[in-house]
Amino acid sequence: MQMEKKTKKNRQRRMENVIVALKNDKLSIFAIVWLIVLIVIALIAPLLPLDPITTDTTSMLKGISSAHWCGTDELGRDYFARLIYGGRVSLMVGVLAMLASASIGILVGTVAGYCGGIVDSILMRIVDVLHSIPWLILVTVVSLFLKRGIQSIIIVIGLFTWMGTARLTRAETLSIKEREYIQYAKFMGVPMWRIILFHVIPSAFPTIIIVATTSIADAIMTESALSFLGLGIVQPDTSWGSLLQRAQTYLQRSIHMAVLPGILIILTVFSFNKLGNLLRIYVEPRISEGDSE
Amino acid sequence: MAKYIIKRIITAIPLILAISILCFVLMNLAPYDAIDTMIKPGMSDEVVALMRAKYGYDRPAYIQYLSWLNGILHGEFGYSIVTKQSISLDLSTRIVNTIKLILPSYLTAYVLSIVLGLVAGSHKNKWQDKLIDGFASIGIATPTFWVSMLLIYIFGYKLRLLPIIGMHTIGKEGSILDFLQHFVLPYVVLVIAFMPDLIRYVRSSTITQFSEDYVMVQRAFGASRTEIMFKHVCKNVLLPVITKLGMAIPMLITGAIITETIFSWPGIGPYFTTAVNGLDYPVVMAILLLSSGMVIIGNLVADILCCLTDPRIKEMG
Repeated sequence: MQMEKKTKKNRQRRMENVIVALKNDKLSIFAIVWLIVLIVIALIAPLLPLDPITTDTTSMLKGISSAHWCGTDELGRDYFARLIYGGRVSLMVGVLAMLASASIGILVGTVAGYCGGIVDSILMRIVDVLHSIPWLILVTVVSLFLKRGIQSIIIVIGLFTWMGTARLTRAETLSIKEREYIQYAKFMGVPMWRIILFHVIPSAFPTIIIVATTSIADAIMTESALSFLGLGIVQPDTSWGSLLQRAQTYLQRSIHMAVLPGILIILTVFSFNKLGNLLRIYVEPRISEGDSE
Repeated sequence: MAKYIIKRIITAIPLILAISILCFVLMNLAPYDAIDTMIKPGMSDEVVALMRAKYGYDRPAYIQYLSWLNGILHGEFGYSIVTKQSISLDLSTRIVNTIKLILPSYLTAYVLSIVLGLVAGSHKNKWQDKLIDGFASIGIATPTFWVSMLLIYIFGYKLRLLPIIGMHTIGKEGSILDFLQHFVLPYVVLVIAFMPDLIRYVRSSTITQFSEDYVMVQRAFGASRTEIMFKHVCKNVLLPVITKLGMAIPMLITGAIITETIFSWPGIGPYFTTAVNGLDYPVVMAILLLSSGMVIIGNLVADILCCLTDPRIKEMG
């Protein structure tokens, strides 16, 4: 009973920390609102009266007007609709790549941390090797072997950006596995996979969720860079990165094609990073205490 | 201390070997090899087999690996499938061009970031901090190629002030002024690209230093803020920042791949992207190996610098 009260109080204090942080930093409020709007629009886009496909040769590369809020592209398609559908792909790649990389990272991190010894050494050396290759080079090389498209870019980003998560989860696991309830479970003969799944991962979850949030931002950035180099999303699919790639050709005539997707990328990546920061304040009260000093 | 450094070097060697094996395996997984590009339609199977034997492609994989590794140790990366040029020769001219661009950009960003980071960290939550930190968090979210596109549009197309392609105007290879005109835009982009990360690093370590006990003691003794800042905090912040220089070594090669490609700067960037788009595996693998090697060397240098500047580590080693 007392324990319950304590956790409740603790949670309240954490929430207060977040609220104080929000009050001090108006940009964080903006970030959260932006993310909500973006995700809602991305989810309901097919229901909206938007048409990113129909071409119109009479109005190509037009600037901003009342008929086309964000102008038109090189085939006369409505750029506003294309931006929204591009955002759907960018967000989807970000979230799915994050899920893939988080799953691998958590698996490797917990197993390495929990088993220790030779398993730990081997897994961590693999992490070292992959970590030594600059990410852009690594991801580009692997994308060579796959057919270009949405699935492969998710696979590529997911498979080769999990190293940071693995290192963090391993460090968490090392401290968690010394706790009494884990020792007890071990003593009772609970199998390893059960301990990892039901005891270690839930305890490490707060850390994991912070990393996951920022890794969505990283995945969106990586995707846009790859698509810009022509190695990521290819026609007929569109993402913000591939919109920018096409905009490069028409830079001189219609700058709006380059400016708008870029601003959307900045806002979204910025917001995910801010969200990660807020979650960190919630999870690690020490940091926010230092902040309010 | 010497013992620590030697230990670090010894642990780096297997890492480099592992990466070279990874590169070789990837190259062998590729759907075709250098011989396939030399084959002409009229050649008989015997000739092809002879050619394979001549270049050593008939030998078992591990022998091929060893001879490839041997070549690399002698600075010979093999030949490009597409252009048939020696990769080492191409790389040596391109690396020089890349360094010409990245070294000044990184040093500028480095100095600016230290100043801005210290200012932000020492004025925590005041307007200076909010401005600088805001710039850094937006900068981290900004794709460099987008900044490049905007600069190309403004200075290249609208104002027609600066050239937007290459490193020299044809016929003016010797002119320094011409080089500088080509140099300005990618330089600015890279400075903007390198800064946010460094600023945040310097800022957060300044904040950590200011919350240390020794600052409180100094204040209790009546030291002024500037005095604490320059006599004590600065020194402690700069030590770890020096080690960042070591970690920046790999950037000298791969720090500007996208920016170089956009501005057609004749460095590693366009060389790499053309090779990737043309499925030129030996070139791609050479760059992969080279850049990872640089990361490992960079980390090694960072550790050694850290060890040299921080006496506490010396005692531990």
